[in-house]
Amino acid sequence: MNFKDNKAIYLQIADRIGDQILSGALTPEGKVPSVRELAAEIEVNANTVARTYDYLQQNGVIYTKRGLGFFVSPEAKETIIRQRRDLLMQGEMDYFLGQLKAVGITPAELTQLYNNYLNN
Amino acid sequence: MLQLKNISFGYNKKLGNLFNDFSLDLEPGNVYGLLGKNGAGKSTLIYLMTGLLTPQSGIATMDDVDVRRRLPKTLSDIYLVPEEFEMPHLTLRQYVNINAPFYPRFSSEDMQRYLEIFEMGGDMDVKLNALSMGQKKKVFMAFAFATNTRVLIMDEPTNGLDIPSKSQFRKLIGAGMTDEKMILISTHQVRDISDILDHVVIIDHSQVLLNASFADVMSKLAFRPQRVDDEPIFIQNSPLGTLVVTAAQPGEETKVDLEMLFNATLSNPAAINYLFTAKK
Repeated sequence: MNFKDNKAIYLQIADRIGDQILSGALTPEGKVPSVRELAAEIEVNANTVARTYDYLQQNGVIYTKRGLGFFVSPEAKETIIRQRRDLLMQGEMDYFLGQLKAVGITPAELTQLYNNYLNN
Repeated sequence: MLQLKNISFGYNKKLGNLFNDFSLDLEPGNVYGLLGKNGAGKSTLIYLMTGLLTPQSGIATMDDVDVRRRLPKTLSDIYLVPEEFEMPHLTLRQYVNINAPFYPRFSSEDMQRYLEIFEMGGDMDVKLNALSMGQKKKVFMAFAFATNTRVLIMDEPTNGLDIPSKSQFRKLIGAGMTDEKMILISTHQVRDISDILDHVVIIDHSQVLLNASFADVMSKLAFRPQRVDDEPIFIQNSPLGTLVVTAAQPGEETKVDLEMLFNATLSNPAAINYLFTAKK
């Protein structure tokens, strides 16, 4: 796994698992790889993966069955989409809208652009 | 688990001591990266830990037993992979048959599994001295992990490994690590191993400048492009602009850049020491 430079690795691993849930590679109630399995696969320290699982558990994306390991929560997809929406709205969207304003793109033009994007 | 207490050691009187009153505690369940400049004493420290050198004063212990007594119960639980070594004129099978009995928890299944990670599985009748340097190192490391000693120490393990083998080495650590084991990796090749460590120990001038977990480093330091209001501990120019190591803002979590951490610690040990010893 190639990591970006700026974001904490445990969060980048959480994003990757989120992607796998959204794409259907990991299914609701499906088993998540054990901490050691995933650590070996992506070549990171097991404590880093443990931290990722802790974070995902707190966010309700995965849950633990005692002695059996971690599983994808039934509502994981909705949770991830909601969280990513919140993040987008707080961060990148603000910057994006600022840029639109700075170069003078009107709401009508933006609607047109987005419609074109959706149709392609 | 493995403790160095107030160790003093030097190779000769004229040059003075390499270590004075040096102490370090290593705990199970952790993968430590031991970093230091050339000549800082990393290899010497490893030999002191494993009972190969005798400190002039102080003591190195494993489970509270002096490692220098070299008791079977100590030596059967420590494995050292040195930077350079010779392999005897034997087949891999003969080598394993001779050496495995010294390690009560040695597992042939693990050995096969680790050889396969290195894509060297199958042929136990291969002649060891016919292997290339990199291949010897891989066989040696597969054996080291398969002994299942609780202490595993490796001196520059990625030296001599080709590019795919470095990735395989990281997989090996992931596959071979348990909560009971302690792995210590001494290296200059920080980019090869940064992601698989959970603790970093930086030594210089006979002192431990930093001994901290990555979680601790991440909560205390940020590694990122410089901002106007920063008071950086360390500055590094890169094609993408100026990067800094600085005290992390509350809640700020960036990826730990081990190379920058090392440079920051050596160039500004006082600031690092203050951040890591100050109370929250």
